[in-house]
Amino acid sequence: MIKDMIYDRPESLTDVKTHYCPGCGHGIVHTLIAETIDSLKIRERTIGVAPVGCSVLAYFYMNFDVTEAAHGRTPSVATGIKRVLPDRIVFSYQGDGDLAAIGMAETIHTANRGENITVVFINNAVYGMTGGQMAPTSLIGQKTATSPRGRNVETMGPPLRMCELLNSLDKPYHIERVAIDGPDGVRKARKALMTAFKAQVDGKGYSFVEILSPCPIYQRLSPVDALKFVGTQMAAYFPVGVFRKEGTVVNA
Amino acid sequence: MATRVLMTGNDAIGEAAIRAGCDAYYGYPITPQNEITAFMALHMPENNRVFIQAESEISAINMVFGTAAAGKRAMTSSSSPGISLKQEGISFLAGAELPAVIVNVQRGGPGLGNIAPSQSDYFQATKGGGHGDYHQIVLAPDSVQEMHDLTILAFKLAGKYRTPVMILTDGRLGQMMEPLILYKGTPPPMQRKAWAVNGAINRKPNFIRSLYLVEGELETLNIKLQKKYAGIRQKEIRCEKRLTQDCEVLLVAYGTSARIAKGAIASVRAAGIRAGLLRPITLWPFPYDAIARIAKHVKGVLVVEMSSGQMLEDVKLAVNGHVPVFFEGRMGGGVPLESSIVKKIKSISRRKIMTGH
Ligand SMILES: Cc1ncc(C[n+]2csc(CCOP(=O)(O)OP(=O)(O)O)c2C)c(N)n1
Repeated sequence: MIKDMIYDRPESLTDVKTHYCPGCGHGIVHTLIAETIDSLKIRERTIGVAPVGCSVLAYFYMNFDVTEAAHGRTPSVATGIKRVLPDRIVFSYQGDGDLAAIGMAETIHTANRGENITVVFINNAVYGMTGGQMAPTSLIGQKTATSPRGRNVETMGPPLRMCELLNSLDKPYHIERVAIDGPDGVRKARKALMTAFKAQVDGKGYSFVEILSPCPIYQRLSPVDALKFVGTQMAAYFPVGVFRKEGTVVNA
Repeated sequence: MATRVLMTGNDAIGEAAIRAGCDAYYGYPITPQNEITAFMALHMPENNRVFIQAESEISAINMVFGTAAAGKRAMTSSSSPGISLKQEGISFLAGAELPAVIVNVQRGGPGLGNIAPSQSDYFQATKGGGHGDYHQIVLAPDSVQEMHDLTILAFKLAGKYRTPVMILTDGRLGQMMEPLILYKGTPPPMQRKAWAVNGAINRKPNFIRSLYLVEGELETLNIKLQKKYAGIRQKEIRCEKRLTQDCEVLLVAYGTSARIAKGAIASVRAAGIRAGLLRPITLWPFPYDAIARIAKHVKGVLVVEMSSGQMLEDVKLAVNGHVPVFFEGRMGGGVPLESSIVKKIKSISRRKIMTGH
């Protein structure tokens, strides 16, 4: 049976022009989050926490309450909200610098406490906002402003796999990685976000969705090639899939 | 008569926070403030409030940010090195105009320093500490009773002005026990929380912002903040004056140093030397005018601090060259001796006042 599909702007998304670069993944994920919030009918009780990064102005696009947070402290701010408003739906939205570099301690400890929040992690393998520096998730050999000769494992270490890292903790309820490298990936991302937010609505605990995402400008590729980079090179190092389902490790 | 209870200064702060309606406390262990964190771990859950031992002071202050953004009352406490880590968060709270209470039970510095009482974080607390053009209200108790009362006041002022308020105390006041009367009133009211991010039910979404990229926007915010600070300067300056009516030597000291200064004043008064004390209770806003008025009729001013002379600079600004300003201080966890203060008072009292030129 084919369901009626209405292609319209979700209520949770504002009707404004985007400041994101052509081909950027942030806009796609904003839309997916808005759609998820609409389907779960939680717009009026959702509070987003925006990071320091390209998506610092996310509130501009979100038609629900949003606060900014200091760089990397996004999950701590989310914790501070959720603990005093436990019936609200609280999510943090973070880039790889925010989540896996400066905010690594907050990321791990928030997950380890099993805070009943949702973390949406945009992994674009670079620091976008500051001008394309190396991220903790930049690929081996990847050229960035601060790895001009390519990321060297000897001196810079290999990229961090956050889903795998968090999967070693006891408390997370859902951990999943998707790649928005095309329509199929976008559909999977929507489904992952739905699972994650639903888990929070049902009070199940910490959910984490990593989204491999294009950044044509600083991945130094055309928008089309950036999608290919996400689907092939990034996905080769960061395998997509469900790592934790209903609190159980499924892909150790 | 109200019954008095015996408590440490640190516990008195914790007890006051609960009575002030603190919804959430976030801490990280560091001496000499550990009693506050332990007290809150025990008593916040009993009162159906939130307690989290955070993974760092940085995380704790940002949890405070979240709770404040949600429109609830939040507190964190630490000691000097941990307070240094909180500075970015305090700047964010000031910029986003969020109410919060931060307790600094100071210890000796710089660096890891030691765990002895100190007043060497005065500059950090009163001159900004974090980045940007902002101020926090700074309250300086000098007894266990005031540790309690000023915590209640801190929540009141934080809520009234939507601004971070710091209680600047030290390890000696934190650790010592004294009898006190507990606050029996209702929690101080918070301003209408139309700004909070607590769910956009029947209203437009709220945003708590920190970044202002459009030209002029950030300057507008700064002008608004400065107006608020001007109002605080006008209304919230508090100080204690003791024997300042007739004094020929004016002492200025706060917290633990003020207690020792009081002893020194009693001892020189017995010997016929008229010394008096002005004890700032708010370190920001600072009682410049009150000091200037008394300085007009004294031979000299003596500042007593457990630092190299930090508040000294503000006292000099207040006195503005009218009379000489002297200093008695200890650093690195040292506590000034009453006898050395007495010696300084005596030498100032012997000064001949030159009139005319
Ligand atoms: C304490 C602090 N350090 C550094 C910065 C500068 N800074 C802004 S965004 C950013 C990294 C952004 O990269 P990422 O988190 O990957 O997000 P993206 O911009 O790629 O979406 C940095 C380092 C800052 N704002 N605050």
